[in-house]
Amino acid sequence: MIKHLLSMDQLAAKDITLILDTAESLRQVTDRPIKKLPTLRGRTVCNLFYEASTRTRISFELAAKRLSADVINFSADAKSSVSKGESFKDTAWTLEAMGVDAIVVRHGSSGAPHQLSNWATASVINAGDGAHEHPTQALLDLFSMREHFKDFSGLKVAIVGDIMHSRVARSNIKGLITMGADVTVSGPPTLIPPQVASWGAKVSYDIEPILPETDVCYLLRVQQERQSEQLFPSLREYAALWGLDARRMKLMPEQSLVMHPGPMNRGVEIGADVSESPRSIVLNQVANGLAVRMSLLYLMLGAPNQEAAA
Amino acid sequence: MSVYLIRGGRVVDPAAGTDRPADVVVRDGVVSDVGAGLDAPDAEVLEAQGAVVAPGLVDLHCHLREPGREDEETIASASRAAAAGGYTALCAMPNTDPVADSAAIVEKVWATGRAAGLVDVVPAGSISRGLQGLRLADIGEMARSAARVRIFTDDGRGVQSSLFARRAMEYIVGFDGIYAEHCEDESLAAGGQMHEGERSAVLGLRGIPSEAEELMAARDIALARLTGCRLHLLHVSCARTVELVRRAKAEGIRVTAEATPHHFTLTDAALEGYDPNAKVQPPLRTENDRLAVIAGLADGTLDAVATDHAPHALEEKDQELTFAPPGMVGLELALGLTLTELVEPGHLGLAEALDRLSTAPARLLGLDGHGGPIEPGAPANLVVFDPSAGWEVDPDAFHSKSRNTPLAGRKLRGRVLHTLFKGRPTVRDGQVSDRELAAR
Repeated sequence: MIKHLLSMDQLAAKDITLILDTAESLRQVTDRPIKKLPTLRGRTVCNLFYEASTRTRISFELAAKRLSADVINFSADAKSSVSKGESFKDTAWTLEAMGVDAIVVRHGSSGAPHQLSNWATASVINAGDGAHEHPTQALLDLFSMREHFKDFSGLKVAIVGDIMHSRVARSNIKGLITMGADVTVSGPPTLIPPQVASWGAKVSYDIEPILPETDVCYLLRVQQERQSEQLFPSLREYAALWGLDARRMKLMPEQSLVMHPGPMNRGVEIGADVSESPRSIVLNQVANGLAVRMSLLYLMLGAPNQEAAA
Repeated sequence: MSVYLIRGGRVVDPAAGTDRPADVVVRDGVVSDVGAGLDAPDAEVLEAQGAVVAPGLVDLHCHLREPGREDEETIASASRAAAAGGYTALCAMPNTDPVADSAAIVEKVWATGRAAGLVDVVPAGSISRGLQGLRLADIGEMARSAARVRIFTDDGRGVQSSLFARRAMEYIVGFDGIYAEHCEDESLAAGGQMHEGERSAVLGLRGIPSEAEELMAARDIALARLTGCRLHLLHVSCARTVELVRRAKAEGIRVTAEATPHHFTLTDAALEGYDPNAKVQPPLRTENDRLAVIAGLADGTLDAVATDHAPHALEEKDQELTFAPPGMVGLELALGLTLTELVEPGHLGLAEALDRLSTAPARLLGLDGHGGPIEPGAPANLVVFDPSAGWEVDPDAFHSKSRNTPLAGRKLRGRVLHTLFKGRPTVRDGQVSDRELAAR
């Protein structure tokens, strides 16, 4: 298995399948009365979060604890070390000196986990870096899709919203294309990078024509600040043109799903009734996140024969 | 009285248009004789077998960080780095702290350079007070000062207001000065970390489009046409800017331009590992741009190779890429990179390369005594280098106080053996000899 997980680029289809299969067996642990495995006993995982996050940090914390690892949480504001505070590198070295085995890092600066992996001997897991990637989110999304559709081959996924600034979109597009899915992105033209075609995804600025052909409609959170940067005129217009409301959802096939990485802006990118529909699997995504993160920690830190696991 | 015999070299003199085996005798600061088989019994011999003897290099663009950031570089440390790199003259950018926007500051920089005594330090003055782009700096007083400032620039920033740029050009033309622009439209470039393109999109880093440079270059060329002011475009990074300069020159507009070694050596691929040392402004661009910059240097559209030597403290570069300041050091790498990337692959002849590194920038700065010709009576500002000697870039060996370069470990050709500044060796047998100089 890989030493660090920085980007979905590192994972071939067989690696992703192994991670998802392992997650599937580990999920059964969650159904036991004693929800714990001894695999990572004596290992230490540090959650190093330079950006506020509730679900990702808690999910990683719980995943590590279910595998009996010791967990430490370190939160800090991302700012230039020159302006104030301890530098990112000094923090990394401090954690090294304490002998942590894995550092789960979230940072607002794209590439920060790459840089950390140059400084640290511990395994680095990217829990979201700037507008770059969020690979564990993509893995849990793939896991959630696989629960409902047997095969990724030919699966039609629409990713809607701010592709430009979304690490979730980058990781998901890479993972889905690696697994053979068919990806179309939609959203305001200002938020779709012109390079998307070279990533293997199709573009449709208009959401409605693609919905009848969509198996999974993946909605991204709209950040308020994009409106103030004049990337689209108003939240009202965004909702009117790209929001998935009940009427639009009816355009999708009957077995199709709605996904969202959370937290949701109800009434903007997702209608309140859509978010509560049985075809919305947002809460399954959260539950699956735990299993997928357990799987990763198990494979990266705990597998007895790491060569064999890969 | 000091006499040196530079023996057995190949004298390449772009100013005279000559390239021949010859000895050079330097007497009391000036070249006294150039020719085959010279003998000077009273001279110290500087061996130049297999080496090239050329006019000392002239850098149009470097950041010496003094006053204000003496932890990163001083005029003295930059002078040592420059001598080690084969330079005999430097143009110091004005974005210091305080900004070189008045006669007092430029005279101080000039005098500190003289005291260091290893190269001619030629200060550039800012265009606007405090680089704010709002009020004119003391342009006339700087031009008339002891430093005799000729180049005015807000380098580090472009002048954003077209009206202000026009007024500055109209004023500078009266002092026969040069308006030098850091071409960057800040509204397009804001927050950018690297070249905007395929790679920035994948890396999730905000991009700086080529158009941010192109638009300001086009505006300035139009304003130079309007005002008649001499315009110099700093660190040209993209193909379309090269083409704009080519057309402007064909039209007869008084425009010159420079390119840096990093823009003709590297592309945005250097950012793939998020190395903060590869972050520079303007950013490293695409292979197509790199080739266009080389073609521009080859056909003379781009007049000079300039380093944009930008030292930064380790703690500033050794942090998250988005927090790290842009820039890389260049004084000790420019000759090696030019020989390795431009001359060895055959893009430029050796004489053309030395023209871009010395003769052309000396002429642009109006620096008498630099850039050749190497002839009796001329001040002996010379570099002697072995064009075939290979070496590996080792930042720990830099004379600069800073080590920020993404080129550590790179194998280069062309090693400086001797540098002579006003007839005295500042580098002898590859060693900077400032202590020896100071003892005299």
